[in-house]
Amino acid sequence: MEHEAYAMPAPDTVRKVVLELAVRNHPGVMTHVCGLFARRAFNVEGILCMPVPGSDESRIWLLVFEDARLAQMIAQVEKLEDVLRVERHGADHRVFERLEEFFH
Amino acid sequence: MQFTGAQLIIHLLERQGVTRVAGIPGGAALPLYDALSQSRAIHHVLARHEQGAGFIAQGMARATGRAAVCMASSGPGATNLVTAIADAQLDSVPVVCITAQVPSAMIGTDAFQEVDTYGLSIPITKHNWLVRRVEDLLRIIPDAFRIAESGRPGPVWVDVPKDVLNATLDVPELPAVARPDELPEGDALQIARAAALINAAERPVLYLGGGVIAGNAADAATRLAERAGLPTTMTLMGLGAMPVDHPLSLGMLGMHGARYTNYALEEADLLIVLGARFDDRAIGKAEKFCPRAAIIHVDIDPAEHGKIRQANVALHGDVGRVLARLDAQVQSSPRRAWLARVAQLRREHPLALPGADDPRSHYGLVRAVAAALDDDAIVTTDVGQHQMWVAQAYPLRRPRQWLTSGGLGTMGFGLPAAIGAALACPGRTVVCFSGDGSLKMNIQEMDTAVEEGANVKVVLMNNQSLGLVHQQQDLFYGQRIFASDYRRHTNFQMIAAGFGMRVFDLDQADDPRAMLTEALAATGPCLIHCSIDVSQKVFPMVPPGAANTEMIGG
Repeated sequence: MEHEAYAMPAPDTVRKVVLELAVRNHPGVMTHVCGLFARRAFNVEGILCMPVPGSDESRIWLLVFEDARLAQMIAQVEKLEDVLRVERHGADHRVFERLEEFFH
Repeated sequence: MQFTGAQLIIHLLERQGVTRVAGIPGGAALPLYDALSQSRAIHHVLARHEQGAGFIAQGMARATGRAAVCMASSGPGATNLVTAIADAQLDSVPVVCITAQVPSAMIGTDAFQEVDTYGLSIPITKHNWLVRRVEDLLRIIPDAFRIAESGRPGPVWVDVPKDVLNATLDVPELPAVARPDELPEGDALQIARAAALINAAERPVLYLGGGVIAGNAADAATRLAERAGLPTTMTLMGLGAMPVDHPLSLGMLGMHGARYTNYALEEADLLIVLGARFDDRAIGKAEKFCPRAAIIHVDIDPAEHGKIRQANVALHGDVGRVLARLDAQVQSSPRRAWLARVAQLRREHPLALPGADDPRSHYGLVRAVAAALDDDAIVTTDVGQHQMWVAQAYPLRRPRQWLTSGGLGTMGFGLPAAIGAALACPGRTVVCFSGDGSLKMNIQEMDTAVEEGANVKVVLMNNQSLGLVHQQQDLFYGQRIFASDYRRHTNFQMIAAGFGMRVFDLDQADDPRAMLTEALAATGPCLIHCSIDVSQKVFPMVPPGAANTEMIGG
């Protein structure tokens, strides 16, 4: 139906954004981040998390759609105590691009 | 010095200045309670349900502004706290919640009274911890207080496995006592832009939220209003920030605000929003709220900017620090034309309080209680019709006079919160306005009130129904009253007497005002019972989802 197509943005036409989060490395931080996106009804398309070698930090990469609420979402993420920094990249960031071959 | 984990927690609480905690012990919490039993500085308030303990802590925190502590055991002890902590999160109340957990080695095995407290508490706290090593307590307990009290306050949750409570640790040096972080003062350029907007505005309205109370900025906000001639409205959480009988006060806005208040907002060309979050009960349909107004939004939480409404000037800062600098840049203005227009709206569409002279009617009872007390009294409520009647009719005049569950709207808040407030402020009389539906939700705390000798007066407005549900079914659901009327009469007087409370029944009084005066003047807890007509409504009312100007009734 036409209006449904309108309500559900087609992934090809909506711009994507990659968020890079520096977080404290401890069990639970992933739940904090993923839970925040879920309960504020903001879709996460892709997620990647690895510890940063030689530090007590982890890095979380999130692939999200750019919509009007993204700035609000980033502000909410920045409030999490275990999130140290949030950086925003374009969708052409290579971190997810190079993973795509594992999803075919 | 050598401590067990439990001793270390209690010692760090003592150093933090905690003198009172509310809670209930249990299997996993036994080491913590054993350590607590040895404390000479901390008095434990034994609640009768963990939710009661959570709200007792909230009452202490809301009345004082300082973080208060509640504790419970694992499993059901923790889950019973969830509602009270979620309530604290939505109303930005600093609470430190400490629960015991099953031993580390048993976590993940579905052990007796095991529940994922850490996972449960993530979405309802400002921050939370599962303590994995005893030495981590040295960092976590001070951090818990710092985070709870810093910036926008809120609840934090520390979950401690039993083996961590029992583990011993040599502590050569204790951590520093936690202090709140430095408050953000706001960007100078944005403050100048805000001042320019205020100076240029013709029909500005000042809009005060709970952040003005939390930020101890009520006097500063009132001074700004007086200097710049700003009619001032308050959210449910902001009541008391400006005395409601101040000439510039418009009272509460929103779903149950006065007609003139919502109409004045509709005509505003500038809205100065301090420490408020554009809650739907306050602003109605967001797109239709103050359609002509530019917006200045001052908030300590940057994530509140643009969440519901984009501001023309979004100022991230502590409201008190921002006001201190804004004040000097705002021109003094009598703003005669706008204030005359607001006065006209007030004359034409006043807040109607039918029966205000009859102490046995809903508004009249609220007014009669207020008349028998001074501004030192603290007023708590439960949630429902009685809450809105009190919000509309009680002459709230000072910050922290008014403790109510705003964001979560939790029935059962009023009595335990009143106990907490009474224990934290021993010189004050605390009145808990409640309804029969709400009071039943934490009625067991009558026992706690009597045991503690808390100076709590429960004013029960008994209409034998869930009144606000009843009202909405009557108005919006074809008068199909369902599951909102209690078919059996409950003898609250006998229940209260059973818990050892004095009882005053206004239904039986020859002179209800004299009985009220006697009840409110007596020390210690009592129940003041009054039957209320179930057909009485909270008016005006903005139907859910409508614009604030589309009020019915009143």
